[in-house]
Amino acid sequence: MKRGISTLAVLTSIMLCLALYFALAQPDWPFGTPTERTMGYVQRIFYYHVPSAWTAFLLFFINLGASIVYLARRSPKADIVALVSAEVGVVFCTVVLVTGPIWARPVWGIWWDADDIRLQSTLIMWLIYVSYLILRRVSTSSLTAVVAAVVAILGALLVPFVFFSIWFYRTQHPSPVIAHGGSLDPHMAFVLLFNWAAFLCLAGLVCWTRYRLEIAKREVEEAQALESLMETSR
Amino acid sequence: MSFFSITRATLEKDIRLEWRSKDAINSMLYFALLVVVIFSHSFSPTAEESRRIAGGLVWVAFLFAALVALNQTWARELRNQVLDAYRVSPAPATPLFLAKALGNFLFVIILEALMTPLFIIFYNLRAVGPTLQLVPIAFFGTWALVVNGTFFAAISLRTRNREIMLPLLLFPFSIPAMMGMVNATTAVLTGEYSARVWIAMLLAYDVVFTVAGLYLFESILDAE
Repeated sequence: MKRGISTLAVLTSIMLCLALYFALAQPDWPFGTPTERTMGYVQRIFYYHVPSAWTAFLLFFINLGASIVYLARRSPKADIVALVSAEVGVVFCTVVLVTGPIWARPVWGIWWDADDIRLQSTLIMWLIYVSYLILRRVSTSSLTAVVAAVVAILGALLVPFVFFSIWFYRTQHPSPVIAHGGSLDPHMAFVLLFNWAAFLCLAGLVCWTRYRLEIAKREVEEAQALESLMETSR
Repeated sequence: MSFFSITRATLEKDIRLEWRSKDAINSMLYFALLVVVIFSHSFSPTAEESRRIAGGLVWVAFLFAALVALNQTWARELRNQVLDAYRVSPAPATPLFLAKALGNFLFVIILEALMTPLFIIFYNLRAVGPTLQLVPIAFFGTWALVVNGTFFAAISLRTRNREIMLPLLLFPFSIPAMMGMVNATTAVLTGEYSARVWIAMLLAYDVVFTVAGLYLFESILDAE
């Protein structure tokens, strides 16, 4: 296990450095990426914004799966996976929500677009998971894991309604179209995917470390509880 | 005992207790009036503008009034360990949830029925669209808030900051429902577009979260 984590840590550092270089390097440098024609240099934040979003959604999906497994089997490992993926997912989601407006303001002139489906649904997922983490922290119930799993499942049920309500609102109140599309230069696509791979390595590393930390923490808590139980029964 | 008889018994108990003590209802009615007055001082639009924003104002006011009602939902059950007694009894937990939700629903509907004329007066509202649609909007919208609110109020029982945990959980979940309620109400008030799809969405939201709440309540109650 220890060697696995060290290997992953080294791999992650290498990939992140390379990813940073590829994202920021100008075309006249070796392995540079072309600067986008209309948006300019600020477009490069795209290489952090999009992979963070994909990573965050993947982690939230893992959280949903772990919550369902926990409710079905009550396995403590599933609960820890749920907790870990929620925590790291919230971090990546925060990155998405912060880099998004930073990118949007110079490019489109607006910080926030209330009618954008992806933006609103990302915000709502962030809200649900922050509430999830706060619930986990302040809950005094002995079965916090069950309650948290239920909240995660309800959150998943909410997502289609969020998409529908914003989509339908836009059909009734058409807003100026902000071009999201356009084809992707293959060079840019490579850098995007490479960044995603680097972020996945980082997410995996942090999740794995947090997982081991949580297991150790729970073992310590159990040992302490057992010890105090022994003392009181004496 | 059947599901519905347990639900009815619990609902009758709650209504009877509330009717005799008039604990919550007096303060909540007055709170509702104060909310309307504060809103009318904060936003004083012209008659034309008010039709566009009244939907949002009204439903935000209802949300906060409902929050006050929801916070004390389970408080009565904690006194004298009534909730523990219920859990020990052979009765399933699901009718308890339904009865609590129905009780809250009645309560919030009464609050809304009293707040609405006040809003009409303060904002000089007059609906241009089909007014009758406001009834399903009010019913489906209130149920959407109440069913989730009752569920999350039960979750918040065993937390360190009970009063703040309920809105922290309820507000993100209410966002699509709020969009539905506000847009449907604005549609009826301005008459500019149809509220039907929003009403259908609210109904779908209600069905999904009622079923999910009923199914998952047993797990929550045991965890409490």
